[in-house]
Amino acid sequence: MRFPLTIAAIALAALMPPAEAAALRENGDPLNSAMWSDMQKTFLGASPVLFDPRVKVTAPSVAESPMQVPVTVDATALPGVVEVVVFADFNPIAEVLRFFPEQAPAFLGFRVKLQQSTPVRAAVRTADGVWHVGGAWVNTVGGGCTAPSAAAGSKEWQQRLNEVSGRQWSEGPNAGRLRLRIVHPMDTGLIAGTPAFYLEEISFTNAAGQRLMRVQPHEPVSENPVFTLSRGSAEGVIEASGRDNNGNVFRARIAP
Amino acid sequence: MKRALCVLLILAAGQLGAADFDYRLAPVELARDVYGFIGKTEDFTTSNGGNIVNTAFIVAPQGVVVIDSGPSLRYGQQMRRAIAGVSAKPVVLVINTHHHPDHFLGNQAYADVPIAALAETRNGIAADGNAFAENLYQMSGDWMKGTEVHVPNKLLTAGPLEVAGRRLRIVALDGHTGADLVLVDEASGVLFAGDLVFNGRAPTTPHADVAHWLAALDQLEALTRAPGFTALLPGHGAPSADAAPIRQTRAWLTWLNASLRDGAKAGLDMNDALARPLPPEFANMPVAASEYRRSVGHLFPALELDALGARH
Repeated sequence: MRFPLTIAAIALAALMPPAEAAALRENGDPLNSAMWSDMQKTFLGASPVLFDPRVKVTAPSVAESPMQVPVTVDATALPGVVEVVVFADFNPIAEVLRFFPEQAPAFLGFRVKLQQSTPVRAAVRTADGVWHVGGAWVNTVGGGCTAPSAAAGSKEWQQRLNEVSGRQWSEGPNAGRLRLRIVHPMDTGLIAGTPAFYLEEISFTNAAGQRLMRVQPHEPVSENPVFTLSRGSAEGVIEASGRDNNGNVFRARIAP
Repeated sequence: MKRALCVLLILAAGQLGAADFDYRLAPVELARDVYGFIGKTEDFTTSNGGNIVNTAFIVAPQGVVVIDSGPSLRYGQQMRRAIAGVSAKPVVLVINTHHHPDHFLGNQAYADVPIAALAETRNGIAADGNAFAENLYQMSGDWMKGTEVHVPNKLLTAGPLEVAGRRLRIVALDGHTGADLVLVDEASGVLFAGDLVFNGRAPTTPHADVAHWLAALDQLEALTRAPGFTALLPGHGAPSADAAPIRQTRAWLTWLNASLRDGAKAGLDMNDALARPLPPEFANMPVAASEYRRSVGHLFPALELDALGARH
């Protein structure tokens, strides 16, 4: 497998700005994480891997709250994105979420719970089967995955479960952006007596019923998740629908 | 080479200074019989041991009143020795201005003295004190050795307070935390503002309600215009003879809140907000970049809910 990938990497490099081309690597984790080979085995299997600066993962190098660490994945510089998997090497539950940008640009913002300082990575599978990997180290005091959700201390969320608030922006520097927040405890199951309870599937469709993007959150996504998407060329109302792992469903329309 | 050697020597000297765990507290006279210990305008580190806070004491006719006890047991003990160097009178009361750890973790050194606070401050120390202390152990290291939470055992309310033959006045405000005690010493005209006021150091916001804080600053500024006012001791940064630190704190909070609120309205997410540069007027203020980063974490989620039309 190595030989064809090397040819592919050279071909890729020829099309990229020199600085980015110089940063392309097929092996040797740029984040120097002891967990990288395990992560690769778990999430990427034997498929070809390229550390690729076109996969931009933005997260604060020092996170104020381990319960709400903002992460933005931008793979819009990469053509032919099929699937993106986001994981945190040192989290007790490493997989944060997966998303499939179908008609939408490969861009997603969200927040995660981190248990300790860790790389946060996005592996982006393109149509040719190659995983392009980007990431960032986040330093945090930790405890994000084994601290109870705020919902655990109140019953109000039960009346508001899956309540969606959202907005689209059509003007200004963030035109084409959609943001939404869903009320959900996103319990990890790592606290005795509180089983895992989290949103596991969200779909975004345009007014014509075409799907823009599919998101599969996992337990580490923060309580009351907030997502930032780019709707691309889609116009009009966007519908967000989905369900959690207990089968509770939701459907909400977000007007432009 | 010579320069490198100098740097090494300075570093080594710094290490020696830290290794003896001496905060080198020196009382600064704010008015007759009123003294402050002025901390550094830094974050908590293993070299400053958490001496980033201002504490104070008043030598009253029948004893000494202490305002805030510092970030650790060692600080409290060294502070008490420094007070004894100024006055042989006994310490008769310790007041904690609010429930942040750099202001009450020295209480242990005054375990034989009544320790007073507003009720919500007492409750906050009882509920969160251990978590705060753990956090300071992580940031300040061995300076914290032996430090344990000592919860206030006397409650204060707004109004006049006669202690040891001195007339004090307690003003109960909030905004920096849920309960922020401001103390006016009638005889000297010194206003102890606690962490409602920062001077030459970016304010911290982990428990802030910005609207309440701004309202509190207006009340404080009125107090500086009252007859008899002589000096203001902020919670962090140099003391002042006027309301300039109040205006500086107000300017930071007003900018911070407007910037994050407008950003959320314009569709920014938290990482976009974090990436925004500081305006030139604040860019050189000590710890501005790190406090801004922390404040985005504290304040942006609620402002974002408003922008998304969500209920809180």
